Amino acid sequence: MRGAEGKTALFEARGLRKAFPGVVANDDVSFSVGRGEIHALLGENGAGKSTLVKMIYGVQRPDEGEMLLEGRPFAPRRPGEARAAGIGMVFQHFSLFEALTVAENVSLGMNDAPPARALERRIREVSAAYGLPLEPGRHVGQLSVGERQRIEIVRALLQSPKLLIMDEPTSVLTPQEAETMFGTLRKLAAEGVSILYISHKLEEIRALCDGATILRGGKVTGRCDPRAETARGLAEMMIGRALAAPAVADWKPGAPKLSVEKLSVPGAPPFGVALKDLSFTLRAGDILGVAGVAGNGQDELVAVMSGETRAPSGAIRIGAQPIGHLGPDQRRARGLLVAPEERLGHAAAPDMSLVENAILTGRRRAGLAKQGFLRFGAARRFAEGVVSRYGVKTAGLDHAARSLSGGNLQKYVVGREIEQKPEVFVVAQPTWGVDAGAAEVIRGAIRDLAKNGAAVMVISQDLDELMELSTLLSVIAGGRLSFPIPTREVTVEQIGLLMGGGSAAEPVEIGLLHA
Amino acid sequence: MLELTRRREASKAMLWLTPVFAVILTIVAGGLLFALLGKDPVEAVRLIFVQPFLDPFSRTELLVKGTPLVLIAIGLSLGFRAGVWNIGAEGQFIMGALVGGAVALAFYEIPGVWLLPLMCFAGMAGGAAWAMIPAILRIRFNANEILVSLMLVYVAELLLSALVSGPLRDPDGFNFPESRMFHDSATLPILISGSRAHIGAAVALGAVIAAYVLLERHLFGFRIKLFGQAPRAARFAGFSEAGLVAACLGLGGALAGLAGVFEASGPVGQLVPALPQGYGFTAIIVAFLGRLNPLGVLLAGAVMALTYIGGETAQISMNLPAAAINVFQGMLLFFLLGIDVLVNYRLRWRRAA
Repeated sequence: MRGAEGKTALFEARGLRKAFPGVVANDDVSFSVGRGEIHALLGENGAGKSTLVKMIYGVQRPDEGEMLLEGRPFAPRRPGEARAAGIGMVFQHFSLFEALTVAENVSLGMNDAPPARALERRIREVSAAYGLPLEPGRHVGQLSVGERQRIEIVRALLQSPKLLIMDEPTSVLTPQEAETMFGTLRKLAAEGVSILYISHKLEEIRALCDGATILRGGKVTGRCDPRAETARGLAEMMIGRALAAPAVADWKPGAPKLSVEKLSVPGAPPFGVALKDLSFTLRAGDILGVAGVAGNGQDELVAVMSGETRAPSGAIRIGAQPIGHLGPDQRRARGLLVAPEERLGHAAAPDMSLVENAILTGRRRAGLAKQGFLRFGAARRFAEGVVSRYGVKTAGLDHAARSLSGGNLQKYVVGREIEQKPEVFVVAQPTWGVDAGAAEVIRGAIRDLAKNGAAVMVISQDLDELMELSTLLSVIAGGRLSFPIPTREVTVEQIGLLMGGGSAAEPVEIGLLHA
Repeated sequence: MLELTRRREASKAMLWLTPVFAVILTIVAGGLLFALLGKDPVEAVRLIFVQPFLDPFSRTELLVKGTPLVLIAIGLSLGFRAGVWNIGAEGQFIMGALVGGAVALAFYEIPGVWLLPLMCFAGMAGGAAWAMIPAILRIRFNANEILVSLMLVYVAELLLSALVSGPLRDPDGFNFPESRMFHDSATLPILISGSRAHIGAAVALGAVIAAYVLLERHLFGFRIKLFGQAPRAARFAGFSEAGLVAACLGLGGALAGLAGVFEASGPVGQLVPALPQGYGFTAIIVAFLGRLNPLGVLLAGAVMALTYIGGETAQISMNLPAAAINVFQGMLLFFLLGIDVLVNYRLRWRRAA
């Protein structure tokens, strides 16, 4: 067998198939990864990437087909077996215990962890060798997202993997952190480690990967050398249609919609971040992008905007009306809608149907409840509208929210709020885990909302998205929000530097942005 | 090592088959238990599950025993759905009987159709007030309502004993610790003549229907389900947790209190220390056996009433110990929860890594 680079194939999948009740996640999937190759796995949400990776890592077992590792049949029954065979995996969402130290966390994920002292030495060795600085004795709760990811990578590397699987590794990193991680991956590849790289960020894949396999609807739809393709070409292969060109921001801000003045909120122990002296104004037509590394006060900001955390009444106003003291329901009545980051359990109730989840926030503005009684007919029509307009893939409106894939639930949650025509809309990570086609739909809807006179606040760690979408940009770091400035006046590097230094321990000087 | 992994969506059919399996397993295990005690298991099971249907008086007794069970379990199931664990319905039952009964005694020998409604209202207020103690302690101090409500059961029992030995004692009762018999206006109308089945059975049926509408069609029910499933989403939706805790405990207490009034002014006809029969605790089993669903509670209430009546028959005619019947009822809850785990989780055998 020959890999995409002409190197000997290290890993090969032949005709893999995996079906779940109602959906075929993978159908006749074949691809191979060469020794020392960085191979991209590209596909929309629900294309079957996660299932494929889970089969390789032994979390799930294929219904049909076979896998080969170094030419020998490979059928792991659980992650421990996959790790023993030389598969390492870095998950998109880290599985770390915040109250434990780096070394303790690493030892928990290993098959046979060495004694503590030896482990700490090895962590230091590996992290030094690959440019992943880590202090084994620190508690994870104090670390930034980038540092946490390093723990996952080091944990995988300690087991000397032959194939390292990276699931959306840069979605939470600053540009500088991502660049450092690319260096690490290139170094690993040069030493002969194969890497299976899953990402939505096409530019990254073009810069990093030697080969790519494209999945659509559970099937392989293309194989290519990403370096020879444009990002646009890759995206079209992935979603099977041309990307809509971003609408030119026709930005003429109107009257003030939302004003926040000297808003401070204490952080909840043990890891909460205090919001310090926030002041800003959003006018009709504004789209304020809030950049920042996770854990710098984003969650607290969303909670105080939604009304889950109360504030002094005058600290937040809609128009001239003070609303800081009001709860979520009354704020919705006044036109302030929020879509939080966590979909399952926060924005949506996992075991409730999509119809019931429509009532969750739409009972007042969309008229889904009347005199205390639920209007299921209206709720069904509303949910149907969201599903069709935002392309939510679901087996039916009566299925539990839990049964949707992450990206599809995200579309539903964001669509549910936008369809209620908010005056002010606050959304966290609007396109996290959503495929390129759906992300464009969501961004388009946000733009239209602003164009029609709403004020929007987008909190995201995806800088590219903020640069493309927002008219104003500010950075949240250590619970402080920098003064919003027009997006076209800032550069990615400038923002990235601010975010990179902005771990909770060392707040960034806000004035830097204006320098 | 045994390992449990969660199933993606539990099957709807299993949800309703589980109680049936639980009853069957309880019959089998109960039969074994009776055999170990040296009794004929087939005869015991026949006495408990079949005999009550054959005798006309036993059939009406099903209504007598089922009424308090269903009333209390309806209130409990609303709270359980919301994650509010009121274990002290027995105490709220007693307080309802006590306050409602005190009203009856205060208007002793005064006729009037207004008296019974007044007693019912007083009893509900008494039960609800008793339930407000754990509610306020949880809201204000985050005290565990399971412990507080349970402890208050024993306080209520002692209060009942003290009052029927003191202020509420029958002046012509030779110092026995019991109240006067309630007069006609304070006694519940009988539904089926010649039996003890009273009008409370119709009220319980009404409560079932009201609870069903509340849960399936009303925002209050939506709020209950939401808090039980995803508290964070409920707060995001804008529902107040304190209000929900108070409403669930208050409603549960009021219904238990109403059941208490019915018991005192119906089959018993006076206040006596032996008034509480454990309905408040058995209702917990009824609530779960009925899947916390009002219609299910109605069916489960009938099954549990059956074990009460059949159990009594078996005690008398087969000399079974009373505790054996309690064990029998307990097994039902045990099997139900056990099978539930298997419905929601997949059991896998895993060698230690």
